[in-house]
Amino acid sequence: MALLDVQNLGISFGGLRAVDDFHLQVKKGQLYGLIGPNGAGKTTVFNLLTGVYKPSEGIIRLDGEDITGRSNIEINKAGIARTFQNIRLFKDQTVLDNVKIGLHNRFHYNTFEGIFRLPRYRKIEKKMEEKAMELLEVFELEKEKDYLASNLPYGKQRKLEIARALATDPKLLLLDEPAAGMNPNETHELMETIRFIREKFDMTILLIEHDMKLVSGICEELTVLNFGSILCQGETEKVLQNPEVIKAYLGE
Amino acid sequence: MKKLRLSRQGRSDLITYGIILLLCLILFLIGQSSYQLQGLLVPVCAQIMLAVSLNLTVGILGELSLGHAGFMCIGTFMGASFSIYMEQFIPIPALRFFLALLIGALSAGIMGFLIGLPVLRLKGDYLAIVTLAFGEIIKNLINMVYLGYDSSGLHFSMNDTASLGLAEDGVVIIKGPQGVTGTPTDSNFGIGILLVLLTVFIVLNLVHSRDGRAIMAIRDNEIAAESVGIHITKYKLMAFTISAALAGLAGSFYAHNYNNIKASTNNFGYNMSIMILVFVVLGGIGSIRGSVIAATILYMLPEVLRFMSQYRMLVYAIVLIVMMLFTWSPKAQAWKAVQLAKCRKRLRPLTDRFRKKSSGHMTGEGE
Repeated sequence: MALLDVQNLGISFGGLRAVDDFHLQVKKGQLYGLIGPNGAGKTTVFNLLTGVYKPSEGIIRLDGEDITGRSNIEINKAGIARTFQNIRLFKDQTVLDNVKIGLHNRFHYNTFEGIFRLPRYRKIEKKMEEKAMELLEVFELEKEKDYLASNLPYGKQRKLEIARALATDPKLLLLDEPAAGMNPNETHELMETIRFIREKFDMTILLIEHDMKLVSGICEELTVLNFGSILCQGETEKVLQNPEVIKAYLGE
Repeated sequence: MKKLRLSRQGRSDLITYGIILLLCLILFLIGQSSYQLQGLLVPVCAQIMLAVSLNLTVGILGELSLGHAGFMCIGTFMGASFSIYMEQFIPIPALRFFLALLIGALSAGIMGFLIGLPVLRLKGDYLAIVTLAFGEIIKNLINMVYLGYDSSGLHFSMNDTASLGLAEDGVVIIKGPQGVTGTPTDSNFGIGILLVLLTVFIVLNLVHSRDGRAIMAIRDNEIAAESVGIHITKYKLMAFTISAALAGLAGSFYAHNYNNIKASTNNFGYNMSIMILVFVVLGGIGSIRGSVIAATILYMLPEVLRFMSQYRMLVYAIVLIVMMLFTWSPKAQAWKAVQLAKCRKRLRPLTDRFRKKSSGHMTGEGE
């Protein structure tokens, strides 16, 4: 059974049909790509999946559980985490704190214990710190843990965003153009990181990307969106050779 | 022996507490010089508490609130009324005062929660306008309240003293625009210092806890905060409520410094809210330490400068500008960073020696 099962998903903004009859099955452990020309509706699909927008119609199931129409907080708790196309870090906080905020719903102590630093505060803060450092080490950010997030170089900010998303312990990770603004070296490094995440965390990943090298390098299956509807769906190699897809990307 | 190892945060907090104690010492010495200045010691503590608590809303949560004096007002009147009424039941002044402080904080906190519920849906300027209005509403409502007690219990009215219908032995606690009269003057500078420390302790520890991080995450990026599962409304309300409760605590403390207190425009009006905001902004938004220093200097200054008569406000304005530059201009920040580095360099041999000594001591004990 698919981990993520989307049927007949659609949303309209006024008269604009942004996404129409979108369906998608992502199996557990799969690396799935969502591509398409600018304005095709890829990020809108992400916003629908994460509950930022409520779909006009359609069903979204995660691990068999119907999560259609839930708020983004509930969907995050259900197990979908994401990164953003334009990086959205907590800029005025340290790298370590950014990851700790990602751990927010996995570790609990109440406000009173926090203010008066009772034993549980110390115990759980220590655990959080360890867990956060573990994640930072995966992304080789442990040396920068006390930097402000805004002071990190661009590539590391992208990594930190992924680390923060992983901190919420998701079943499905959505990456919105992770390679945007990266040079070829950084992109290559990112590909390695994404592969590594999948293996280390046994993660299912759905990503939006424009960089064809990255897409053809790591994605097993692709869905191509154009003008809000699916143009083509299937194994990466076949999709990329589809004349329709080439036409949509390069023109005639 | 447990090694005393402080994180960067811990060290920074310690410096803040140190600065507060130093300021209190200076204030105490200033207070010795004249009777008038001594009279300012309790209010200045209340001002510091207000500035620190407002910083929780403005600096940590990142929302502009202009109704802080309103919450203080609630704390003042609830605390004072409680004390007057309870004077007959609780003979121990210390316990009564403690409970009055608690009541002041609680009532302001509840009010903060109730007001925050609808108001925090707004942002930026709109939130500022609405909180400003609520501050004024609270003040004006309290100006309409008449409260008294006699042998049969409490009496309450919104009209006048006569309509309270008190018996012969009745005492009026709140007399509308004339305010509360007969508050026991329990406040003193020592308790003020303790309360300032408590306020700073609560705010700093909150900031460094799981909840504080969530609050700051909302400030930095609401969409991202939601994407990692942080409940925006809950944490906004939490920050706003705690901020209001601490203002209420300050208000209750302030009330017990005066026998009579009115909810006038000067005390609890718009000007007061702006004044607190000035402390916060000039001290550095989000910097607790800065709020403490700015509140102290800016509150004491007009009084200290009294000997200059007419030029007093001129100097005050200049100080405002200098402080603004010192906190916010890039050049001043660079200069501060350089000075700090120099200071560290000079202190390094000292700290190294201390470290060596303490670690040597430790291994010695371990063997």
